[in-house]
Amino acid sequence: MSHAAISVKGLKKSFKEKEVLKGVDFEVRRGEIFALLGSNGAGKTTMVRILATLLEQDGGTAAVNGFDVASKPDQVRRSISLTGQFAAVDEILTGRENLIMIAKLRHLDHPRQVADDLLRRFGLTDAADRKPSTYSGGMRRRLDIALSLVGKPRIIFLDEPTTGLDPEARIEVWKIVKELAGGGTTVFLTTQHLEEAEQLADRIAILHEGRIIAGGTLAELKQLFPQAKVEYVEKQPTLEEIFLAIIGKKEAI
Amino acid sequence: MEAAKNHFFSDMGVMLGRSMRHIFRSMDTIFTVCLTPIAMMLLFVYVFGGAIQTGTDNYVNYLLPGILLMAIASGVAYVAYRLFLDKQRGIIERFHSMPIARSAVLWGHVLTSVVSNVISVVVIILVALMMGFRSSAGVLSWLAVAGILVLFTLALTWVAAIAGLTAKTVEGASAFSYPLIFLPFISSAFVPTDSMPTVVRVFAENQPVTSIVEAIRALLSDQPAGNEIWIALAWCLGIMIVAYLFAVRAYKR
Repeated sequence: MSHAAISVKGLKKSFKEKEVLKGVDFEVRRGEIFALLGSNGAGKTTMVRILATLLEQDGGTAAVNGFDVASKPDQVRRSISLTGQFAAVDEILTGRENLIMIAKLRHLDHPRQVADDLLRRFGLTDAADRKPSTYSGGMRRRLDIALSLVGKPRIIFLDEPTTGLDPEARIEVWKIVKELAGGGTTVFLTTQHLEEAEQLADRIAILHEGRIIAGGTLAELKQLFPQAKVEYVEKQPTLEEIFLAIIGKKEAI
Repeated sequence: MEAAKNHFFSDMGVMLGRSMRHIFRSMDTIFTVCLTPIAMMLLFVYVFGGAIQTGTDNYVNYLLPGILLMAIASGVAYVAYRLFLDKQRGIIERFHSMPIARSAVLWGHVLTSVVSNVISVVVIILVALMMGFRSSAGVLSWLAVAGILVLFTLALTWVAAIAGLTAKTVEGASAFSYPLIFLPFISSAFVPTDSMPTVVRVFAENQPVTSIVEAIRALLSDQPAGNEIWIALAWCLGIMIVAYLFAVRAYKR
């Protein structure tokens, strides 16, 4: 329990008639990037909401940073930070005011200093005194993630962090996530993009119809598939090959 | 939980600062909650007032209590609006995944409602003074008026909280306030109820606005308030307690 950042055993959750999680088990190690992969409606967000103490499970146990989510929610909240699917930033406060507000709510000593440091780190210094409604999608996401880093939580939840972002902003977010993990933060991310999990994750778990159907490193997952097959495919010559072939013939003559 | 509770007041203070910024940066809010009641007061005093027989020589004195209640009713509509947006944009979830007293988020909105309504009530009374409003009330009577207005604000704020927390659309969140804003018209706020047809009069004389208006009017003119003040208090407390219970239930879901 103490060495795992997150430990989930037999977790169950239903909404009315619908059973969303049917006994989920997995473990996230400290300092790793863990990706929960699944299609839309697989229960990824439900999983994150339970771990972030926003929702109570019906059965099973979940511990975050060694604290049970059901009985020690306050200690869990002290250890984590959540970046939801939609950038939850205050639209009317400026970027800087958003950061200062969260720093005050985390009862940090120098909220202004904390805000300035994060603005610099996320390249938002020039936009600091503007409202997020004037930001691009990528900038909003950066502010959103910066808000999550206030107070240096040990474990960060990113629920579909790149949904709705253009390719450039997506690569930016990937870079941030890698830096976070490099600094020792545990990152738990959900995604429906296979490429994202492949790019970022140390380990991947696939959530399907309420259960983890496969888990491990990318290399381990690849081994679950049949051996790479050798196939012969008829190949059309490219224009280049045709061109070279004709030139070659002429020269031969 | 202990540590989170210790920060309840400072967390609520941060929430108050946030919502007050929302109000002062929104021309729309300032216009609706402060300028519209003042315009109504000007209209009734200088346009309709000459034709209205109230049995007093100072129509501003007669009108002011009703205008104050209208201002408060339009003010609380924005509480519903702000709560709805916080819920919809995931801001409440962000706060709830942090180690803060959870109720501070809701109480922050309630406190903002009281503070902002006190400001608009004071501004409206100052304008009324310029228009010829005079009161012979002593300090105790003024305190009683302030108490009734704060109770009225709290009662309507908790009604607004239910609307904001359960609404599915922005329009739905503030629609509840329209009947509240119109209630003063079918009361003794603008004209005495004697001239109304029986059915309307019975409604007007038995709805909360009339007793609240009559109580405030009596206190401001240093007349014995009699039963009206107890009926007014009973209405405010009754609505507040029932609405509070429903709002807290909606908030916990």
